[in-house]
This record gives sequence, C-alpha cells and structure tokens, in this order.
Amino acid sequence: MSEKILVIGESRDGVLRNVTFEAIAAAKKISSDTEVVGVLLGSENLADQAQEMIYYGANRVITVIHEKLASYTSEGYGQAVLSVIEDESPYGIVMGHTAIGKDLTPKIASKLEIGLISDAIEINLDGDQVVFTRPIYSGKAFEKKVITDGIVFATIRPNNIPSLDRDESRSGEIQEKSVDIADLRTVIKEVLRKATDGVDLSEAKVVVAGGRGVKSADGFKPLYELAEVLGGAVGASRGACDADYCDYSLQIGQTGKVVTPDLYIAVGISGAIQHLAGMSNSKVIVAINKDPEANIFNVADYGIVGDLFEVIPMLIEEVKALKA
Amino acid sequence: MNIYVLLKKTFDTEEKIAVSNGRIEDDGAEFIINPYDEYAVEEAIKQRDEHGGEVTVITIGDEDSEKQLRTALAMGADKAVLINTEDDLEDGDQFTTTKILEAFFEDKDVDLILAGNVAIDEASGQVGPRLAERLGINYVTTITRLEIDGNTAKIDKDVEGDVEKIETTLPLLVTCQQGLNEPRYPSLPGIMKAKKKPLEELEIDDLDLDEDDLEPKTKTVDIFLPPQKEAGRVLEGEVSDQVKELVSLLRNEAKVL
Repeated sequence: MSEKILVIGESRDGVLRNVTFEAIAAAKKISSDTEVVGVLLGSENLADQAQEMIYYGANRVITVIHEKLASYTSEGYGQAVLSVIEDESPYGIVMGHTAIGKDLTPKIASKLEIGLISDAIEINLDGDQVVFTRPIYSGKAFEKKVITDGIVFATIRPNNIPSLDRDESRSGEIQEKSVDIADLRTVIKEVLRKATDGVDLSEAKVVVAGGRGVKSADGFKPLYELAEVLGGAVGASRGACDADYCDYSLQIGQTGKVVTPDLYIAVGISGAIQHLAGMSNSKVIVAINKDPEANIFNVADYGIVGDLFEVIPMLIEEVKALKA
Repeated sequence: MNIYVLLKKTFDTEEKIAVSNGRIEDDGAEFIINPYDEYAVEEAIKQRDEHGGEVTVITIGDEDSEKQLRTALAMGADKAVLINTEDDLEDGDQFTTTKILEAFFEDKDVDLILAGNVAIDEASGQVGPRLAERLGINYVTTITRLEIDGNTAKIDKDVEGDVEKIETTLPLLVTCQQGLNEPRYPSLPGIMKAKKKPLEELEIDDLDLDEDDLEPKTKTVDIFLPPQKEAGRVLEGEVSDQVKELVSLLRNEAKVL
C-alpha cells in the first residue's frame, strides 16, 4: 500500500452519514490497493464513528478532537484537514458532496492550488488515469473529467456509488491527532432545524414529491404518510414551494436540490424541465397526475392517471399491507 | 461599501442541450444571468441602497457576456467589468477562474463580494470559496439572509434545509441561495441608464497574467447526453387495481420495494 487516500467523514446528530461509507468505496475505486485513511473531526470522542468507518472499509482512521470543531466552520475544519493533509501527503482525497463538502473542499483545493472535481457520480480507471463522471447542465448532460496535476480530489454525490457491506471482521488503527486551531472569525449562533425529521432528502432511497396539484399545505399530509411507510423523504416542485404549500428546503429541481433516489414518486407534478433537472436521474420514477398529457409521464417508468387524493391513500394501504 | 458581484452567463433554463464533438453545442442558445447570481445582484443593490457605496459586477467571458452585464446594470448595479478571455484561453477550470479573479481583486479595496452558490451549467460551486481563500477573507455559502451592521454581518445560512444563524465580519464573501430575495426585473428607465453606465473590458494581460499562470488543474475528456429514456407504462383499469398493479411492479419488476 504505497498510496493513501483520505476520506473525510461527516456525521449528523452523532451518526455518520451514508455518503461517508460511499466515499470509502469511492476511494477504493480510485485505487484498489490504496490505504484508505478516514478523517473525523469533532469536539467529543469519535472512537465509535471511527470504528464504523473501519467496518465499512477504512484501513485507518485519524480523529481530530478540538473544542473549536464542535460544529462545522470552514475555518476550523479547514485548519484541521489541512494539517492532516500535510502529515499524510495523500494521493487522493474524497468527501461527500454535501453542504459541508461543498463548503470545505474548494477552500482546501484553493489553499493547495490543486484541482477538485465536485459532485462525481461514477469513478472509472482508464489506465492510470482516474476518470470521474459528473452531471452538468442540471443532469441534462454528463462530463467525464480528470485531474491533470496534483492530488486526486473529488466530492461524490450521495446515493450513487454503493458503499461496501459493513463487515465487523475488518480492523484498523484509530489515531488521535491534536491540532492548534486559531480563533474563529465566523461563529454559529444558533441552528434552526427546519428539515423534516428522519430521512435526509438528498440521501433518501425513496422520495415522494408533490407539486401544485397537491393544492395546499394540508394536501401534503398524505404524501408525508406515504413517505413514512416507504422509509423515504418528502420533496416538492418549485410550484408547490412558491405557493407556500411547503418550505423551500424541500424544493427539487434546477434551483433546489438534486436527488437520485431508487424510487421517485411525483405526485401532482407536471414535470417542467427545471423540475426534471433535479430528479430525472432517479432509478425508478412513478408519476401520479390527473392530466394524461403532463410532461412528467414522459420520464416516468410507471404512471397512474388519476386523482392523487384518491390514489395516495390507496397506495399507503397497499404498501402497509405489503410491509406487514 | 465596496460591493462586488461575481456573475456568470449560463444557458437559459428552458434550453435543450445538444452535444457535438464532445462539447456542448451553444450556437443559437439563449443565455441568461445564472439564476443564483441574480440573487447576488439583487442583494448587492439592496445592501448598497441601505449602506451606500457602489456595486461592481464582474464576469469572465467573451464579448457576448456584455449582455448579461448590461442586464445587471439595468437592475441597478453601478459599474461592470468584463474580463474577456476569448482570445487567450482555450480551456479553464475553477482554478483558472479563481486565479483571474484573485489578480483582479489584488489592488481592490473590498467590503463585500457576492456570488451565486452554484452555476447551473457546470455546477461546481467552487469559485466563491476558492476566491475567498485566496483573498484571505471570510466566506459563508448558501445564504438566505444578510444583515450588515458596521463591520459585522449577521447571516442565515441554508444547510440542507436547516438554518444556521451565523455572525462574521467584513470583508466577506457570500454565495447566495434561493430564498435570499426576489430579484427585480430591469425597469425601462433602468435599461436606458444602463447603456451609459461604465463597462470596463480587460484581458488577462491587463492583470499581469499569462496563459501559463492559468493552466487548469482538471480536464474534461468527454461530454455526453444521458441515454434517452423510453416512455414508461401508464397503467389502466380501476384505480384500486392500478394501485395494486403499481405496488406489484415496484416490488417484482423494478425491485425497489
């Protein structure tokens, strides 16, 4: 194992996000005989999370614990990660293309004056060259991109590169590293949780999304119920957000979130090109709409033409029966 | 306040994308201001109206980019700068763009730089944070509220739906998220005035840069369109039967339940 690839882990409410495990798998795609070195940052004991990264394939994990790393700031995390990079001189670095990943990785790339490939959905080798595939023009096209100089540095889109199976027989060293962190100029005063509890929209395997056809905030209730029985998350079209049926944090589309779940159920969504940009790469798409001419049927694998207020409750019952 | 906006022109969101010879075909395409950059222009104008100062809009592009700059001027920006790389650069990436902007800002006295949080074409979202790092100033991405009081900025930051209340200090770079404001449409008098507002055109020579300084660190080796999706199956029959069939298909054929 001559090469090392750093995987910067990320947790939410003390639990590692799936994309961290996917990033470990991505590192192994970049180089199959590499040493995958997990990096975890925080203000409290990270041994359990480090162990989890090892079960998912990391060979070694470096934990950096400092009171200034209690919550993410680009300054604090930036200093800590740069210090690890300096120690390890990695061949590659992988992180999730999440709010933190998007914020942190360009800073590091810029500091080191290196390239960065954001939002990769696939990694292949062409000889020695690592080729990343990423969506451009909101998923209307894809590009294959390579790093021509310096560290192979990429963020990966959640839900696209499958993680390895968890295996408790895997073992590896956990190292604690101490760092000095200069005073932070940016302070987080408060966090207001608006995102729905439970399943994270960008990582959800199932998304139930509503559009203008849902007609009201109340109309979203059955969608939440369906999402719950499916273990998924609720999303929305811009139309539904503009009409105040739900919060903009749920918006899927060209502006808004891009999701690629296994199953996307579009309810009362007409399928404007801007919405398709946020979901058309979903693996299976179901459309439920009373307008048989709605554009959403052109991208759907399965369609039901009908009244969503009739269809959704039936669907909830059917799924419940199936899961019972 | 000295306020700067980083602006990029992008394809209109309605444009269909075609690829020829491994490149996106842009002949005849309609271009617009990147939608997230419109939030940045709007916010810059609002902050200037509240605190005084001047808004300068900058873009890196070709001579056609003047159109988007004039639109920003018509919205209310005071000055525009076009860094025209058409004759000098074959390729570039986020490193290249940052390097050019870094050189541009070298002798500028900056209080606030605003940018979109992502451009809807290449969608890397890198240039804002990259530039802030080079300039050694604070940055906050995906903001939905900005309140400046003296040297302090109070910010709401969207974090995948949650809101972080952040306090930081100027000089500052922010990238704008939907929800920050409602970008205004240029008014007719605004459009007339915009024609007379200063628009400076620079080339990389003027910034003491040459091609070698700007050599990208990444390279696009191919561009392709997603496979055409075949039209799906619209189910038929009684609604209750359709729902039963759907669940069965999702379980047995699509294997997602």
